[in-house]
Amino acid sequence: MSVTREEILAEALVLVSGAQDLNELDQIRVRYLGKKGEFTQQMKALGKLDAEQRPIVGAAINHSKEQFQTALELRKEALQSAQLAERLNQEKIDVSLPGRCQSVGGIHPVTITLRRITEIFKGVGFTVVEGPEIEDDYHNFEALNIPEHHPARAMHDTFYFDPHTVLRTHTSPVQVRVMEEGAPPLKVIAPGRVYRCDSDITHTPMFHQVEGFVVDTDVSFADLKGVVFEFLRAFFEKDIQVRFRPSYFPFTEPSAEVDIECVMCDGIGCRVCSHTGWLEVMGCGMIHPAVFKSVEIDSDQFTGLAFGMGVERLAMLRYGINDLRLFFENDLKFLEQFN
Amino acid sequence: MRFSEVWLREQVNPDLTTEALVEQLTMAGLEVDSVTPAAADFSGVVVGKVIALEPHSNADKLKVCSVDVGVDEPLQIVCGANNVGIGLCVPAALVGAILPGGFKIKKSKLRGELSLGMLCSEQELGIAETAEGLMVLPSDAPVGTDIRDYLALDDTLIELDLTPNRADCLSIEGVRREVALLNKLDWQPVEQEAVVVEHDETLGVSVNDPALCSRYLGRLIKGVNVGAQTPLWMQERLRRSGHRSLGPLVDITNYILLELGQPLHAFDAAQLSGDIVIRYANQDEEIALLNDQSVTLSDDVLVIADQKGPVALAGVMGGKDSAVSDDTVDIFLECAFFTPEMMMGKARDLGLHTDSSHRFERGVDPFIQRRAIERASQMIIDIAGGCAGPITEIVDEMFLPKRPPVLLREERIAKVLGVTMVPETVEDVFHRLGMTVERQENGWLMTPPGFRFDIAIEADLIEELGRIYGYNNLPQQSLLMHAQLSSVPEAILGVDRIKDLLVDRGYQEAITYSFVDAADQQAVAPDETVIALKNPISSELSVMRTTIWCGLLNAAYRNVSRQHSRVRLFEGGLCFKSGDSDISQENMLAGLVLGSQLPEQWSEGSKKVDFYDVKADLEAIFSLNGLAVEFVAQEHPALHPGQTAAIQTNTGEHIGWLGVLHPTLEKQYGFDTSVFLFELKQKFVLNREVPKFAPLSKFPSVRRDLALIVDENMPVSQILAEINSFDEEAIREVIVFDIYSGEGVEVGKKSIGLGFFIQNLTQTMTDTEIDGLMALVLSQLALNLNAKLRD
Repeated sequence: MSVTREEILAEALVLVSGAQDLNELDQIRVRYLGKKGEFTQQMKALGKLDAEQRPIVGAAINHSKEQFQTALELRKEALQSAQLAERLNQEKIDVSLPGRCQSVGGIHPVTITLRRITEIFKGVGFTVVEGPEIEDDYHNFEALNIPEHHPARAMHDTFYFDPHTVLRTHTSPVQVRVMEEGAPPLKVIAPGRVYRCDSDITHTPMFHQVEGFVVDTDVSFADLKGVVFEFLRAFFEKDIQVRFRPSYFPFTEPSAEVDIECVMCDGIGCRVCSHTGWLEVMGCGMIHPAVFKSVEIDSDQFTGLAFGMGVERLAMLRYGINDLRLFFENDLKFLEQFN
Repeated sequence: MRFSEVWLREQVNPDLTTEALVEQLTMAGLEVDSVTPAAADFSGVVVGKVIALEPHSNADKLKVCSVDVGVDEPLQIVCGANNVGIGLCVPAALVGAILPGGFKIKKSKLRGELSLGMLCSEQELGIAETAEGLMVLPSDAPVGTDIRDYLALDDTLIELDLTPNRADCLSIEGVRREVALLNKLDWQPVEQEAVVVEHDETLGVSVNDPALCSRYLGRLIKGVNVGAQTPLWMQERLRRSGHRSLGPLVDITNYILLELGQPLHAFDAAQLSGDIVIRYANQDEEIALLNDQSVTLSDDVLVIADQKGPVALAGVMGGKDSAVSDDTVDIFLECAFFTPEMMMGKARDLGLHTDSSHRFERGVDPFIQRRAIERASQMIIDIAGGCAGPITEIVDEMFLPKRPPVLLREERIAKVLGVTMVPETVEDVFHRLGMTVERQENGWLMTPPGFRFDIAIEADLIEELGRIYGYNNLPQQSLLMHAQLSSVPEAILGVDRIKDLLVDRGYQEAITYSFVDAADQQAVAPDETVIALKNPISSELSVMRTTIWCGLLNAAYRNVSRQHSRVRLFEGGLCFKSGDSDISQENMLAGLVLGSQLPEQWSEGSKKVDFYDVKADLEAIFSLNGLAVEFVAQEHPALHPGQTAAIQTNTGEHIGWLGVLHPTLEKQYGFDTSVFLFELKQKFVLNREVPKFAPLSKFPSVRRDLALIVDENMPVSQILAEINSFDEEAIREVIVFDIYSGEGVEVGKKSIGLGFFIQNLTQTMTDTEIDGLMALVLSQLALNLNAKLRD
C-alpha cells in the first residue's frame, strides 16, 4: 500500500476545502464516495482482510468517511450560501426608479365642486334632479313669475332659438318641473349647465349652477338661513361669517343675496372682495306664491325655500382660481392641478 | 343710480358716517355698488380770474397770465391751455398747493418766465377722467375762495345697484325717504308751490285711449333764455350723477329726473304743429330722435304726436325736430305718467334704453306729476326766465295704478319668517313705510303708497317686514326634516363611477361649451340637423353640439399646440339634435386619446396608442355594468373607414362609436398623429343588473387550444358568435390568444389561436367526452365558416 488512509483523507479534505463550486464539490464526492470512489474501494477491499482485522480497519475507514462527509457538507453549505449571496447581489435593483405605469387623470374642478355640493345636501336627504338645457320660455321665465318684458329678463341675457325656446338662463326651471310632477314634501338639488349671452373677463357664456329647494308645510326663512349658513360653512370647511341682504328675484319673496366673509383675506378687505370684506356667493329666498300657483301647490298650506349658487364662483373661491375663463380652456396644466 | 351724498343729506341727515350709511343702504336691499370721492385729494387751489394775458416770448404755445387770486397783487402764472382768456375764472393752484398724486406746486421758471402757480383742468383736479382745457368757472365765482369749498368737493359719490322692484328709489327723494324710514327720522318731501301763471295760452292735448296714458300734464313757458347759464351747484350735482351740462332746459329736466324720479320733456313750441295727441304709432311711421337715430315704429309703440306726426317716443326719448335749440324761445313742457305695462320692453325692442324708459318701465309715482312740473317750471323761470301758462292736465283716475289694501295675516309672519312679532313692531314698520295700517281681527290691512309698485300681495308685505326688521335679526335654525330612509338603487350605476374609471385609466375630464362653431360641427357630423342660436355670442359659438367631439378636438388641439404630446380627455353632457317635431337632448359621454399608450417612462418603449388600447377602456366601462356589446365595423363621416366601430347592444341598439379621426380631418385640425375618439349614449352605461349568484362547479376545468385557419377578413366576433351559438354549456369561456398571418399561412388567410375552458357543473368530463366536444366544434366551424385546423 503506497498511500495510507490518512493520506487519502488528508488529500480529500484539501480537495473539499479547495472546491470552488457545487459541481466541483460533487465530483470530489464521487471520486471518494462514488461506486468506484476511493473510500468505496477501500470498503470493498475489506473482504480480503482477516476476520480479526476487518472490524478495526472498517471502523477506521468509516471514521475517515465521516470526517470527509462532514467536511463535504460544511463546504456545500458554505458554497450554497456564497452562491445565494452572489445571486442576491446580482438581483439588486434601483428601487428609486419610478414604477411602471399608466397615468392617472382627474376630474374637472367644476365637477369636483359639484360633487362636494351635492354630497353635502345628499347627506341630509336631498335628491338630485337634472333638467333640460334647451328650455321653453314657460319653464325658464313665465312659471317663475318673469312675464314677457319684465325688467328681470333684461338681467338674464338670454340665448334664443326662437321666441319661445331658450337656453336655460338658470337652473330654477328644474324647480318648476319637479313641482309639476311631484307633491310636497320635496327636498331637491338641481345642478347643471346654464347659459347667458355675456362674455368678458368675469363672464363666460356657459357656466354651472346648483339650485336647491325645500317645500313642506312649515318651512320658513329661518330654515332658509340655517340651510344656507350650514352649507357655506360645510363647503368652505371654515367657520366663516355669513350675512343675508334683501334683494329681488321674481320667483322668491322674501329674497336675499348671501355674502360670506371674504375667504381670501378673512374679511379684512382685498382685491377679490373689492375691499369690502364680503363676497356675494348666492341668491335665495322663499318660493313666491306665483310660482306655487303655476304648479298648483297651495301656498297657504305649503311654504318653500330655494337657493341658487354659481359653481365656478365657489370653485374659484375654494381653490383660489383667479380667472373664470380657465375653466373652459381645458388646458391640461390647469386641469391637472386638481388631480 | 349715482348721486352725491351731500345732496342726499341736504334734507335727510342721519347721524351716520358715510361708511355706516352705505352699509345701512346695502343691508336694506339698496345695494351700494361703489363709493368714490367727488374729487381726488388736493389742497391749495383757489378761484382765480385771468386779468391780463401776454404771449410767452420763448414759447408759442405758452401764455403769461396775470391772475387775480384775491390777494393784493395779481400773480404771474404761465399757462399752456388753449382756452385761457382774459376774464376767465379758473382754478388756480398756488405755490405750496398739492395736486392729486402728491404733485407739489413750486415757484418756477418756464422758459425763462416766472410762474407762481398753475391754472388747472378738471382732470388735473381729479374731478373728471379727461379734460380738454382749463376748468371754466362761472364769471361770478368768488376770487380767492378755496375751490374745494366753492365746488363743495368734500363729497362722496354713492352708486346704487337697484333691483327692478325698487323703482321708487331711482331718485334722490326716494333714497331720502328710505334713509329716513331706516333711521326713524321724520321727513316729508318739500311742498311745491304753483308758479304764477302769466299768460293763458295752452296747447290742446288729447289722449286717444285713457289706458295709454292716464295722466298727462303740459304747459307753455314763453320767452325762455336758452343761453342762460345753469347754476354751478346744479351742474355739479348733475355731473356727480353722470350727466353733462347741456344747457339750462335739459339740465333742469335731468335734475328733476334725478331729484324726483319723474322724467320731463321740453319741446320747442315753435316746432310743434297744432295740438298734441298721445296715440299708438301708425305702422312703419318714422321718427328722428334726439340721439340722431331714426327709428321705424310698429303700431304697438306709444308716441306723442302733433298734427304732422310723432314728436317723441312716449316715455323714451324726444324727437330731434322738436327739440330745444339755441333759437328756442317758447317751450312746451311735458310731464306724464305711463304705466309699466305700457312701457315694458318697448325701448328695448327699438334698441334704446334711456333714464326715462328705465324709470317708466319700473314704475314712476303716478301722483307726482303736478309737483314735478311746477318744480321744473319754477327752476326754468328762476334760471332761464320766461313766463308760464296754465297747466293742461288730462287724467283718467280709472286707469291710474290702484294700490288696493293688502291683508297681512298675523300667523303668516311666523309661518314665513319663522318669528313671532308683537303688533306694535309690525305696525311701526308699515307706518314708517308710508302705508295706511288698519287693524283687522287676525292681521292688518295695509294700503301702500302710490310709488310702491312692488306691493300687491301678502308676500310683498312680509318681505318688507323682514327687510326693515333686518334679515340678520331674523332667527336661523337647522332644517327639521322627516328622516325617511330612501332606497339606494343598485341597478343604477352613477355617471361618477364611470368618470372615475376613466380617470383611473389616465383620462382628464374636460368641460367644453355646449355651443360650437358651425363649420366644426358640419365637418365632424355632417349628417346631423343642428340647432342654431338666434343670437350667438360669436360665430365660433353659434350652433348646439350634436357631438362632444367638436369641443374635445379643439381642447386637444389647444393642448397639443402647448407641447402636450399625449392627451387623454373625456367629457359628459348633453348633445342636441333637431328631430322632425322636437328637439332631442341626450346625455353623452365622449373621449379623445392621442399620443403614446403610456406616459414616457424608462422601462417601456414609446408605443403609440392604438385602437385596441382605447377599446379596452370602453370594455372596462361595459364591464362595470355587464352590458353585452358588439363592436361592428361601420363607417362614420368623421372617422377612418377602416378603423371605426359602431357599438351596439346584442339586440342591435346603437350605443355609440369608436374610431380614429379621419386623416382628412386630422390634417384639417392640424394634428400630426392619430386621434382616437369615442362617444357613448350615457343611458346604456348607467344601468346594470343586480348580481345574481350562480353555484360554483366542484369539477375540474380543462383547457384545450385550437389553431384555426380562416379568411383574413373574417371578424373574430363572427367565430366567437358561431361558437356561442352551439349553446354548449360545458364551454365556459373562449379566449383569443393569438392572431397570425404571414409565412406558413396561406395568402388571404389568417391563423387564430383559441383557448377553450371546458367544465361540466355536475361531473368530471372524460378525455373522450372532451375530444368529442372539440371535434364537434371543429366540424361546425369548418362547415359554417370554412375554418380549418392549422397544420
